[in-house]
Amino acid sequence: MTNKWIIAAALSAALGLPAVAQEKVKLINVVELSGAGATAGTNWKNGIDLAVADINAKGGIMGRQIEITHYDTQTNPGNTRAAVQRAIDEGTYAVLGPVFSGPIGASMQIAQRAEIAQIVGGEAAGLTRQGNNYIFRTSLSQAAAMPKIANYLKNTVKAGSVAVVWVNNDFGKGGRDAIIPELEKAGIKVAADVSTEQGQADFAADAIKVKNSNADAVFVYLNEEESARFLTAAKQQGVTKPMVGETTLLGAKVISLAGAAANGVKGHVGLSIDAPIPAFQEFGKKFQAKYNYASDHNGLKGYMAVYMVKWATEKQKKFDKKGVADTLRGATITPADEPGILMETTIEANGDLDRVSFLAEVIDGKQVINATLPKIKP
Amino acid sequence: MTAPATRETLPQTRSLPLPGFIDGTLLTLLAGAVILWFAPVGMGRYGTYVLSLWLVTSIAVMGLNLTLGYAGLKSLAQAAFMGLGAYLTAILTTKYGVSWYVCFALSGLLTFAVGLVLGFPALRVKAHYLAFVTLAFSTLIWLIMRNEQWLTGGVFGISNINRPDFFGIKLFNALEFHRFVVVITFILAVVLWWMIRSPWGRAFTALRENPIRAASLGVDTRLYTLLAFAIGSAYAGFAGALYAPLVEFIDPSPFSLSQSFFLLLMVVAGGSGYLLGPFIGALLGVVLPEWLRFAGSLYLIIFAAIVMLLLIACPQGMSGLMERAYAKLTGKGAGR
Amino acid sequence: MVEFIAYLIAGIATGAIYALAAIGFTLVWQTSQTINFAQGEFVMLPAILVLLAIKVLGAPVWLGALIGIAAFILIFGVGFKLFVVDPMIRHGVLPLAIATMALSIIMKEGAKDGFSAEAQTFPSFVPSQTIQVFGASISLQHLAIIAVAFAVIFLLQWFVGGTRLGRQMQATAQNPTVARILGIPVERMVLLTFAINAALAVVASVLISPIYLAKFSNGEVIGLFAFIAAIVGGFNQVRGALVGGLIVGIVDSMAAAYVSSSYRLAVPLVLLVVIILLKPEGLMGRKEERRV
Repeated sequence: MTNKWIIAAALSAALGLPAVAQEKVKLINVVELSGAGATAGTNWKNGIDLAVADINAKGGIMGRQIEITHYDTQTNPGNTRAAVQRAIDEGTYAVLGPVFSGPIGASMQIAQRAEIAQIVGGEAAGLTRQGNNYIFRTSLSQAAAMPKIANYLKNTVKAGSVAVVWVNNDFGKGGRDAIIPELEKAGIKVAADVSTEQGQADFAADAIKVKNSNADAVFVYLNEEESARFLTAAKQQGVTKPMVGETTLLGAKVISLAGAAANGVKGHVGLSIDAPIPAFQEFGKKFQAKYNYASDHNGLKGYMAVYMVKWATEKQKKFDKKGVADTLRGATITPADEPGILMETTIEANGDLDRVSFLAEVIDGKQVINATLPKIKP
Repeated sequence: MTAPATRETLPQTRSLPLPGFIDGTLLTLLAGAVILWFAPVGMGRYGTYVLSLWLVTSIAVMGLNLTLGYAGLKSLAQAAFMGLGAYLTAILTTKYGVSWYVCFALSGLLTFAVGLVLGFPALRVKAHYLAFVTLAFSTLIWLIMRNEQWLTGGVFGISNINRPDFFGIKLFNALEFHRFVVVITFILAVVLWWMIRSPWGRAFTALRENPIRAASLGVDTRLYTLLAFAIGSAYAGFAGALYAPLVEFIDPSPFSLSQSFFLLLMVVAGGSGYLLGPFIGALLGVVLPEWLRFAGSLYLIIFAAIVMLLLIACPQGMSGLMERAYAKLTGKGAGR
Repeated sequence: MVEFIAYLIAGIATGAIYALAAIGFTLVWQTSQTINFAQGEFVMLPAILVLLAIKVLGAPVWLGALIGIAAFILIFGVGFKLFVVDPMIRHGVLPLAIATMALSIIMKEGAKDGFSAEAQTFPSFVPSQTIQVFGASISLQHLAIIAVAFAVIFLLQWFVGGTRLGRQMQATAQNPTVARILGIPVERMVLLTFAINAALAVVASVLISPIYLAKFSNGEVIGLFAFIAAIVGGFNQVRGALVGGLIVGIVDSMAAAYVSSSYRLAVPLVLLVVIILLKPEGLMGRKEERRV
């Protein structure tokens, strides 16, 4: 059994660090490419690849080409933590990803300790409340989005009671915990609080429960295919009350999966390739052409994440890891300075974003933007 | 529940030409421990982490090997038992400041006791009902971990789990903690080695080789299989107690049913019924993704395909394969 | 009351799906005394193969369906038996059960990497209208599943009990050695069982996928519920799958209605444990003689 030696030797060879190429910007993306987060993670990764290809084609960041590496976390927080550690050990310029909030929460202290910017796709409210100066979002947090939803339910939908249907994972639970107090603040009664499982196939019983709650509106906060399944089941059970959602529910994927059942769905959209901004639509076309499917908001987030790094580097005029975070903090990036950011983005001191967002509705299988909501602090 | 081919293996391992109580297995363990003590030097924190994770997983797989490889029982809750240990350790150390060593012992005790409680009614009926009961248990525990947010942190998990001290030496550093893991793994492996060779363990082997004969010789098969399952589960508890401070964060996902399946596959890949099998199995399960970085998420298919091919060609797993190769090289064991 | 009936009907509709998937468990158990942990993936994959055939070959839906189905039965009915079960069964049933776990990973990851990580719509052969029954809604798709599940069980019961071929199959299942002595082509009988199993998986897949969408990970949920259904109903009886499936479907629906929804999944599992303790052979199962 001398194989132990062979194993040890092979191990050290396999785990040894590859040499860093000269005059390249090394970026490592740590993201969910398998497991429950695969859909979101793949969009995020493709968005990043698209941005890197664009930037490199135009001469890179300050003349240096970007070298991008993707590490799969298998949607496992332990692996994510290890992969972020690995990215830092291998000298990444900034950490990109992950997208799911649980793995972000598990790994963000590592980037903080190393004083390296970590640009993530997560939306859970708690991430930016821990005094971590190195975490940056690429989308609005649930804490920023949910008041808009509550407002919308109260003033536009005019709902006195709402049934909340959420998926019991870090995404859904975080959203549920953020919306319930907002609903109460707005004086809206929570008629039903329905927890569902990730990967759940059958939503008939949940739809009946929602129907029996007699709520004026239904707030649906599920992942893509679960959203579609729920919408279909609700239609079959004859739920006629307005279905209100946040970004995911109005996304291209849900619309294509739910078909007719998605018509009439309305709500708030943070990032969308259907937004009335030419740069978004152009991104959508490029993405579709390269990957042969429509990008969701995670594709946009990944794309913007790379441009945030580019903008910060060109702003500080040097390749300083800590400087990226320092430059991003409190900055406002406009498309005039950096077209790749797509829309004006203000980064708050804690890493939250402030941006305009949209109210939308699904009509005849298309997401239609009804109104543009201004930034919270214009 | 009989697997004739897997039964002939242990005597061969024993028949290595070594005197006294020391045998090849023990020597390999010792050598492995020494190598692993020094291996991560210059490997970086990530490499060290992967090595430590490999060992921690090996402990859980070792326990399952006892259950599956020696007692022939399918347990589909090894990851859940690991979760019990990890959560117990995480909760007691972070919320109540209990010493890690106490938590480690409690993790083993708790999982041992739960193993007894679960195994007793299941084994009363028929061996394969243990698979059904553990499947239900595994999912129920997962639900509790996820739902009881006040205790377990729910889907958001528990973060900032501290690493223990060793007589005043803080083990916060990846390398120091790795060495700590090496020592614990070595001790647990030696305990298992000793157990298998003790009279109790021999009764065990007898049981595996011929349950009916063992029963007629007065071995209380039910008690022995029950104990095997409980001890196997306790090893998962120990592994969990190490996993929590290693990762410094836990949430329910690594303790799900599919992870239990994965641990089972590692046992088989390494060679069930071989003391060193779990190390090889866990190596394939934990370190293979690192080697197959280029293949991306295909590593799971590759791992599963390796297990399938092994089961078809050589059900004794990698250990059996190596043994065959060794026998071929030395011209021994031609009767195979 | 209307509310209760609505939950009951929803439960029966999903229960029929679980029943359809659970039949495979009982078939494989009867012929090889093993648990097919890949059963959920067996139900997931045919739909993916059909979609793949449509996409890659550019074939029309009906042709794609035929190709996908034929490929599945060939690979996972006949191939599964010849290349997985046959070489492994001589090592005992334990390695075989574990091999099916590995197989489930291969099928699942293969579907993901070879086709798509995302859910896909699947064409329905039944219109998706809903009708009203006692004030509760049920879709024609669900009605079709209920009808097919019952029809399949009764056909299988008739085939096994009423035809010569079926009786040979049953004899093989109960005691292969004696069956061989009696001149029954045991190998062919076992092969036939696996082909039937694959065909049933195809039927389930084609009926379920328009409702649940086609996704690589669907097998996990369906497999788990079908597994519970098979245990509750009785592993060694085909009709046990029907009874178990319906019970599990109804219990799950009622749990969603009247138990905390985050612990919904726990209720069928507790039922499983109770059944094992009280009637280990399952509600419809017959006691098995110990074969060592």
